[in-house]
Amino acid sequence: MKTFLAFVTKEFRHVMRDRRSLIVIIGMPIVMLLLYGFALSNEVKNSRIAILDPSKDEVTLALVQRLDASRYFDVTEYIDRPEQADEMFRQGKVRAVVVFQSGFQQSLLHTNSAAVQILADASDTNTGNTVSFYISSVIRDYQNELLAQQKLPYRIQVEAQLAYNPQLKSAFNFVPGVMVLILILLCSMLTAVAIVREKETGTMELILVSPVRPWMMIVAKALPFLLIGLVNIGVILVMAYTILGLPMRGNQFLLVAECGLFVLLALSLGLFISTRTDSQQTALFISLVGLMLPSLVFSGFMFPLENMPKPLQVISNIVPTKYFFSILKSVMIKGLGIQYVWKETLVMAGMTLFLMSMAIRSFNIRLS
Amino acid sequence: MPDASKIMISIQQVGKTYNKGKVQALSNINLEVAKGELFGLIGPDGAGKTTLFRILATLLQPDSGTATVNGNDVVRDYKAIRSTIGYMPGKFSLYQDLTILENLEFYAAVFGTTIAENYEQIKPIYSQIEPFKHRRAGQLSGGMKQKLALSCALVHKPELLLLDEPTTGVDPVSRQEFWEMLQLLKESGLTIVVSTPYMDEARLCDRIALIQKGNILSINTPQGITDSYAENLYAVRSDEMYRLINDLRTLTGVSTCYAFGEYAHVAEHTAIGLKKEDIQAFLLKKEHKNIEINRTPATIEDCFIALMKE
Repeated sequence: MKTFLAFVTKEFRHVMRDRRSLIVIIGMPIVMLLLYGFALSNEVKNSRIAILDPSKDEVTLALVQRLDASRYFDVTEYIDRPEQADEMFRQGKVRAVVVFQSGFQQSLLHTNSAAVQILADASDTNTGNTVSFYISSVIRDYQNELLAQQKLPYRIQVEAQLAYNPQLKSAFNFVPGVMVLILILLCSMLTAVAIVREKETGTMELILVSPVRPWMMIVAKALPFLLIGLVNIGVILVMAYTILGLPMRGNQFLLVAECGLFVLLALSLGLFISTRTDSQQTALFISLVGLMLPSLVFSGFMFPLENMPKPLQVISNIVPTKYFFSILKSVMIKGLGIQYVWKETLVMAGMTLFLMSMAIRSFNIRLS
Repeated sequence: MPDASKIMISIQQVGKTYNKGKVQALSNINLEVAKGELFGLIGPDGAGKTTLFRILATLLQPDSGTATVNGNDVVRDYKAIRSTIGYMPGKFSLYQDLTILENLEFYAAVFGTTIAENYEQIKPIYSQIEPFKHRRAGQLSGGMKQKLALSCALVHKPELLLLDEPTTGVDPVSRQEFWEMLQLLKESGLTIVVSTPYMDEARLCDRIALIQKGNILSINTPQGITDSYAENLYAVRSDEMYRLINDLRTLTGVSTCYAFGEYAHVAEHTAIGLKKEDIQAFLLKKEHKNIEINRTPATIEDCFIALMKE
């Protein structure tokens, strides 16, 4: 026990001495979160659109005005011929073009129908989709008002409600996603270099010639970083709540506990890498390149897992970020309790135990 | 041969290769070190000294043969050995970002003891660096680093001290101090195995093993080693040392000739009976000036060079 405590003290000293790294470790998540939370967003705000309106009557003018007035769109261009739409897209001047038929109001009054076409730039799929959806809603709203003036016997009123995130704020998706990425990359990198560094500097040669047991070294290495990870979680959660306006609907203790478990999982992964590598460079490379891509792709944060081919879905089951991302969304945004996330929690706990014991097992008690 | 209870280290037929057998680091080493002995491993870089230390410190497994430390096998009983030996690797292996005191406290605690408990053991060495105990190890001079490393190796009262080239890269004054400390430690009953590439340090050991390319050339007391030098050895000098050495190498009956301080040492072939007069006549013929020729007793270095020749 005394030996173990000596190791823990030593590890804390290493971490606290290295002020510059400490600043980076604490500061990096803050910067990344602000960057992702504000700068990167797939919301449609003030999208520029062009109008092709040959009729220029009361109805079309009212519709254009409504589009322009909404916070999603700015009507910046008016065009005369449909061919100009292509040019607009090519130059990237507008995100969408709204084309009214000629004699719009006439047609509406006499035939009870009029056509409007929405051309959207779908080179960015999400934006194209969202823009055309929003334009349609604006037009539908107007149509509903028109209908309300006439008495019609049957009407189907479609009212879509977007649960948990009615305003479709992208931060609701990005913040948990960024949290997942930051925590797994940062924590696994921290421990990935921890043991291999002692091999590289030669301190391992001396420390092995002592009654130290592998588990002591490994657990002691993880403890200071667990504390740092918890500090990071605290900072991230407070920032997400105050600055980025994320809800904290679930139980805070549950949320922090789940985050702590995930940090432990990432640390164990790093330790496992560290016991298996011979240089800090290799360890860093594996933890950065080897974890970045799967974590990003298979967490469900950028690409929905349900849309992936079956084999990829199977692979996603061994990626820890998938479980944590789902837990985060459930607890933070949906406000669900442990009874809804116990399965994911159990999987993460199992992974942590497995990786930790593998790290201890593959710890080399001799020199190569 | 001393009886088993007095043996600290026993090495039998130990061999070790690196790179899947391509590099032979040690071949069939046999060695015994008695308790309380100050034993020296003398040999140039790459001779296999560090490999032997690592095997004794249980850090490497021998490919063949067996080695025991105080009756414990270095492979099977590695745990028992690790808690009873003090090891000082050739490369400074303490934590550079921790202070002297923190390093020492750490190593004491790792072995389940405290500095206070074993202060007497480390006092002669530690007291010299104690005034700087809040300085980080990375900022210490070579001599101080070495004293700290020795303190850390001693803080748990080991039975055996393994010192791998402790004086390499250390100034002459610190080297001398270091050997005085080793003598002190030896008097307290500690068994010490020390390696060094410096031949002048060899005579300070009780017994030495001359090691070269993974083979032990000779094991004896320093006196015994120099006494076993049977041939005539001459120290020769003249005004032109470089030409002198090259010329002497061509003289019949001369085995080797090499620079030794301000003299050239001339070793004869076995039982040739090379005489001072022969050398004198040869050098006069070669027109050397201010010739000086003396018979000289062999040093460890002369013995080493002679053994390497064989």
